[in-house]
Amino acid sequence: MKGLDHEGAPLPVLAVADLVKHFPIRKGFLRRKVGAVRAVDGVSFSIRQGETLGLVGESGCGKTTVARCILRAMPPSSGAIRFTVDGATHDLAALPRRAIRKLRRHMQMVFQDPYASLNPRMVVAEIISEPLKLNGWNDAAERQRRVAELLDLVQLPRSYASRYPHAFSGGQRQRIGIARALALNPALIVADEPVSALDVSVQAQIVNLMLDLQDRLKLSMLFVAHDLSVVKHVCDQVAVMYLGRIVESAATADLYARPMHPYSQALLSAVPHPDPRTRGDRIVLQGSVPDAAHPPPGCHFHPRCRFATDRCRAESPMLRDIAPGRIVACHHAEQVG
Amino acid sequence: MANEPILAVRNLRTHFPTRDGVVRAVDGVSFDLYPGRTLGIVGESGCGKSVMTRSILRILDPPGRIVEGSMMLRFADARLPVDLATLAEDGEEIRKIRGREIALIFQEPMASFSQYYTVGDQILEAIRLHSTATKAEARAQAIEMLRRVGIPNPERRIDEYPFQLSGGLRQRVMIAMALACNPRVLIADEPTTALDVTTQAQVLELLRELRGGQNLSIILITHDMGVIAEMADDVVVMYLGRAVETGPVEQIFHDPKHPYTRALLRSIPSVDATPRARLATMPGAIPHPLNRPAGCPFHPRCAEAIAGICDREMPPAIRLPDGREVACVLHAPSAVAAPA
Repeated sequence: MKGLDHEGAPLPVLAVADLVKHFPIRKGFLRRKVGAVRAVDGVSFSIRQGETLGLVGESGCGKTTVARCILRAMPPSSGAIRFTVDGATHDLAALPRRAIRKLRRHMQMVFQDPYASLNPRMVVAEIISEPLKLNGWNDAAERQRRVAELLDLVQLPRSYASRYPHAFSGGQRQRIGIARALALNPALIVADEPVSALDVSVQAQIVNLMLDLQDRLKLSMLFVAHDLSVVKHVCDQVAVMYLGRIVESAATADLYARPMHPYSQALLSAVPHPDPRTRGDRIVLQGSVPDAAHPPPGCHFHPRCRFATDRCRAESPMLRDIAPGRIVACHHAEQVG
Repeated sequence: MANEPILAVRNLRTHFPTRDGVVRAVDGVSFDLYPGRTLGIVGESGCGKSVMTRSILRILDPPGRIVEGSMMLRFADARLPVDLATLAEDGEEIRKIRGREIALIFQEPMASFSQYYTVGDQILEAIRLHSTATKAEARAQAIEMLRRVGIPNPERRIDEYPFQLSGGLRQRVMIAMALACNPRVLIADEPTTALDVTTQAQVLELLRELRGGQNLSIILITHDMGVIAEMADDVVVMYLGRAVETGPVEQIFHDPKHPYTRALLRSIPSVDATPRARLATMPGAIPHPLNRPAGCPFHPRCAEAIAGICDREMPPAIRLPDGREVACVLHAPSAVAAPA
């Protein structure tokens, strides 16, 4: 049957398999290709209905490129992006742009900067109803009803519909951005750092709103973020990226309780705790993330890893199952975790 | 005397008169910075923490103006303390203090460098501006500085341009530049906000080492309570231009007294939280600076506000028996309601 896998379980909303995105490096008068930046280098994951996956890592790890490939804001170099909606599965990596456009209503984006992502010349009602208009909601009264419903959903007063975004705070703008993303009941939301531009007191409100919406609407979401604390509050599953690859993935509670990749460990340990009594107890990584155009041989992380051995310097570790629901790309994961 | 503050700020008010009204960016802030200690100034946007640093160095953007208060800077030698608030903004005196006594590093290292000069040229300029070192001596000093802040191959890096460095290295170079003239006070304004968390850990460790090594006093400005917990000895919590609570870091985190400090600490997401745990929130948003509420600036968002008092009177700073200062009527000796 459509939409079910061979065992009869529902297919994941999104299944990314071996996604690769290389950016060519060109040199000289003829712009000949002399190499490639492997921004995304074989990434696989899936998101089930109603589930939020956190894609975390530091700048340059490729997390935003993954999100952009999924939304087909850029074509992937290879790999499959299987998107299941209304019982039918489409490979977004293989479809032509025109076909993608038809699917776009089913996947919506929430952006980081609520100041740049709302058109200042439109009132809130116009901003939120724009996707409705573009998708055949021709009845103005119906659109108005839907806008009111969405404002309720993101807990903004209905009277805001006739105002311009400049009158609003960052948190209110982010609510408007979320309402716009939800307008067409999308099957998948891709949120790229949706709360990182907000002040703490406002960030907490938006985190809670996202939790409410997840529960009420059973949203499926890819949550791209660098802030591991926020991810802990919002995500069911977490995948940690380093230099274009996933190094570890597990259920949120498991990963935070016992990170098994040395990089996940260091990343978690580097988060400053709001408690002066835990001061100084950190794994401080040496050096910086290597250039993605010239990654080190073997395990990409070995030059900064305190567990590295000769094997790590020579042989790239594959992602392997370590425990139920947990995959880790480390030769020594059992000793590390 | 060692336990006298290097910098004592009293009742500082910095205002920006604009066409639409006066923005009271800093509105009555007092604190003491002691030798070898780190003072953290923490708050959300619009709280005035950055205007605070620019007031100290007298580099306010127009139309910003210090309208009241004093900032007494003590020197290491026999010179008499000077009130920074009374110096001429572009006068000889403050220019000798900038860089030599008080240095500044800030969030975006890229913006503080010229793209057309090498790292070395820029550090050398800072060194030679404040000393009589020859070019060769200054270069040797600059290389030594770069080594001290943990830059690998300083002999090679000194001839590179800023764009050739990673974000973490750039921040280190900026720290090297700031420390080139051995200042006694380093103001670090969101020094790690633009950095990744593992790079942030490196830079914070470096700042801690430097403070230990050269009896440097640090004023650390940040919005991140985690960074404050990690680094500060003393803390000033600011909200809308006011210092709402001032005290030792341990007390601020483990026994916060001001309702804003308490609410702020509760609303921080944590890696130790239960997955998908809801956060405690404070209602509303930070008011627009031109639209300050009457009375206590925090009262519209405060769960403990007392009608008729908090919305009318600006609460005075109240000194608690443990030495802390809290600007909240709940802690006044004559308060109607006792604090929880």
